[in-house]
Amino acid sequence: MSRGALRCSGAAASRAEEVMANDILRPRLQNAALRGGLAAQRVRRAWWMAAPMLLVLAAVGAWPLLRTIWFSLTDSELSNPGDYAFIGLENYVGEYGLLASADWWQAVGNTLLFTGLSVSLETLLGLGVALLLNQASRLRTLLRAALLVPWAIPTVVSAKMWSWMLHDQFGIVNHHLLALGVIAAPLAWTADPQLSLFSIVLVDVWKATPYMALLILAALQMVPVDCYEAARVDGVPRWQVFRRITLPLILPGLLVAMVFRTLDALRVFDLIYVMTSNSRDTQSMSVFVRQQLIDFGLVGYGSAAATCLFFMIALLSIVAMGLMRRTFERAAA
Amino acid sequence: MPLAARRSLLAMFFACVALLGIVANTRAADAVTISIACSGVGQELEFCKGAAEAWARKTGHALKIVTPPNDASERLALYQQLLSARSEKIDVLQVDVIWPGLLGSYLLDLRPYAKGAEAQHFAGFIANNSSQGRLVAMPWFANAGLLFYRSDLLQKYGQPVPTTWGELTASARTIQDGERALGNERMWGYVWQGRAYEGLSCNALEWVASHDGGAIVEADGRISINNPRAVLALQAASAWVGSISPTAVLNYAEEESRGVFQAGNAVFMRNWPYAWALAQAEGSVIRGKVGVAVLPKGGGAGRHAATLGGESLAVSKYSQHPAAAADLVLYMTSAGVQKDRALRGSFNPTIAALYQDAEILQANPFMGELLATFTNALARPTTVTGTRYNQVSHHFWNAAHDTLSAKATAEQALARLEQSLKRISRRGTWR
Repeated sequence: MSRGALRCSGAAASRAEEVMANDILRPRLQNAALRGGLAAQRVRRAWWMAAPMLLVLAAVGAWPLLRTIWFSLTDSELSNPGDYAFIGLENYVGEYGLLASADWWQAVGNTLLFTGLSVSLETLLGLGVALLLNQASRLRTLLRAALLVPWAIPTVVSAKMWSWMLHDQFGIVNHHLLALGVIAAPLAWTADPQLSLFSIVLVDVWKATPYMALLILAALQMVPVDCYEAARVDGVPRWQVFRRITLPLILPGLLVAMVFRTLDALRVFDLIYVMTSNSRDTQSMSVFVRQQLIDFGLVGYGSAAATCLFFMIALLSIVAMGLMRRTFERAAA
Repeated sequence: MPLAARRSLLAMFFACVALLGIVANTRAADAVTISIACSGVGQELEFCKGAAEAWARKTGHALKIVTPPNDASERLALYQQLLSARSEKIDVLQVDVIWPGLLGSYLLDLRPYAKGAEAQHFAGFIANNSSQGRLVAMPWFANAGLLFYRSDLLQKYGQPVPTTWGELTASARTIQDGERALGNERMWGYVWQGRAYEGLSCNALEWVASHDGGAIVEADGRISINNPRAVLALQAASAWVGSISPTAVLNYAEEESRGVFQAGNAVFMRNWPYAWALAQAEGSVIRGKVGVAVLPKGGGAGRHAATLGGESLAVSKYSQHPAAAADLVLYMTSAGVQKDRALRGSFNPTIAALYQDAEILQANPFMGELLATFTNALARPTTVTGTRYNQVSHHFWNAAHDTLSAKATAEQALARLEQSLKRISRRGTWR
C-alpha cells in the first residue's frame, strides 16, 4: 500500500482513538480531575441533579425487574396472583424447571438463529445500500427518505401486511411465484415449519435494513474525502480502498449499529407473535415468556423465563461492549 | 267547558306529568349500566346486541356492548388480565366451553339466580360449566364435531354413510380415485383440522375417544393418554395424511378445510355445525348435495364421539351489579332467545326441548337427528385440569401434530406427552 493510503490508515486509527477517548476515557479523566476539593461539592450536586432520573429509572426499571425475579422464585399463578408460596429455584432447576424444558431450549435456539440470520443479512444489505447511497447524487435525499418507510411502519402493521402477502391460499407472493413458474404448488410460508422462520427473517430484514443502512451511511459520511483522494492518486484498487480505508473508519459506527440490532433482535416479539402466534417452530424467548405468563397463567414459571431472558441479554451486552472496547483499543494502539 | 273545570283538568294533567316524572326518576335511579362482551365473529355480534337490547328495553337498564378480540386466545388473555386486575369494566363475559375451569375463580355462582333454569340445558354442558360445585356460566349455544358428506358422490359410487373410521377411509379412497380418474385432479377424500392449535385437540380427542382410548386426563385426574387404543387412533389418522387428505391439512383450521369442501373438492369433512348454513347457502356449488352425520366409531368396539364446543355467558365476580348482570345472562340464555338464534343464525340451542321444536327443525333439518350427538358430546378435560388446561391441550396437539407430520411415531409422541402431562400435573395431582 502506498504512503498516502497508509497515512489514511493512520487517520483511521486516530479517528478510532478519538471515538474511544469520547466513549471510554472521558469518565476516567473526569474521575482524576474530580479528586480535588472543589470536586466533592460538584459530585454532590451532580447526584442531586441525577436523582429525579434515578428515581424514575428505579420505579420503571429496577422495581419491575426485582419483582419479576422475586416472582420467579414463587409458584404464583395468574388465576390467583396474590396467593403464592416461595419455592426457591424450583422454577429454574429440577424436574419441573425451565432448564429441563425442551420447549424453552427450542425457543432459545429459535431466537439465536433468528438473531444471527437477521442481523448478518441486515448488516450486509445495509452496508451495500449505504455504499450506494454514499455516491453524491441529487436523488440521495429523496432515496434516504424513501428508505425509511419500512422502518417507520409499526411492526404489528407490517407483520400483518406481510402475513397477508405470504398467505398460502390468496397471498400475492404465491400468486406471482406461481405465475412465473418458480413454484409448482402454493407454499405455506408462515405455516410450514421448514419455511416459517425463514419468512420471519425475511420480513425482519425488509424492516430493519433501512435502519442499518442509515446508521452506516452516517458513518460513511464522516470518512474524510482526502483519504479517498490520496488513494486515488496512488492508484489503490477499489477493494483495497474499501478494506483498508472505508471499513476501519466506519467500524465503530458499524459495530454500534450491529450491537443495537442484536439486542433488539434477541427480544423480538411482535413480528413472530403476529405472523406465527405461539407455534413451537418459530417461538422466540419473549413469545415463550408471554405464553407461560398469559396463556398458561404461570406467573412464577414465566417470570423465571423472563429473568433468564434478561440475564442472557445482559450477558451478551457486556460481552459485546467488551469486544467493542477491545476493537477500539486495538485500533488506537 | 267552564273555565274552572278546564283549570282543574289542567291541574290534573300536570299532576299526572309530575307523578310520571317521579316514577320515571325512581326507575332511572334503579337502572344501572351493564357492560357485556359479545364476540364479533360473523353474525354473533349482531345477534348478541339484538337480544341484549331487547332485555334493556324490557328492564329499563342501560347497556354497554364491548367487543373483545375475535381470536379466542386473545380474548382469553384479555379476560385474564382484566379479571386478575379485579376490573369492574365488564359485567357479562362470553366464555368458550373450555374456559370455566380457567376463569372459574373469577366468576359469580349463577345457581342462586338461575332458580333451576339450568335443568333445561344439556347436563354435560352444565357439568362442564361447574367449577367446584359452583355454576359459573350459563350455556348459550352448543357446538359438536360433525361429519359432513357429499350425498351425491356417495350415491354415485354406491357407498353408505360410514359408521366406522375404516369404512370412511375405504369410501373416501374409492370415490377419490374414481373422481380423479374422471379428470377431477383436485378431489380429496377427507378434510379436517390438522394445524397445531386447539382445533387439532378437538379432532384428536374425537379419534382417541372413538377408539375407546379415554379422555387424555380422566375425571379423577389420572393421565390415561398413553394407551394402545390411543396409539391405534393416532396411527389411523396419520395414514390419511397424503393419501385421502392433502398434506396441507397439517396447516388447516376450520375455514381452510371448509374452503376445500365448499369448492366441491372433498368427499368428507369434519367441522362444526356452522358449515351447514354456508354449504346450503345461495350460490354454493354443493348446495343440496350435502349430508351431516355423527363422526364414525373406531372399529366395532368403539363409539361415536364428538367434541363439545360452544359458548356460555358468565358474570364477573367484580361486577358492581351482579343481580342485573345475572338477569341479563338468564334472559340471553333463555329458550325464547335461543330459539330465535337457531331460526335466524343456525346456532345450536343448549336446551334439549328446542330440538323437538317444529320451526327449528324446518330451518335446520340436521338438528333433530343429532340431538343425541349434542347430548352425549365429549367435554375436553377442562374441569379436572382447571387452570392448566391450556398447557395440557398445547402438549396434546403438539403430540398429535408430531405424529401426523411423521416427526415421531404415535408410541413415541404419546410416551413423551405422558411425561409432559405428569410434569404439568405435578405427578397427576393437578394441584
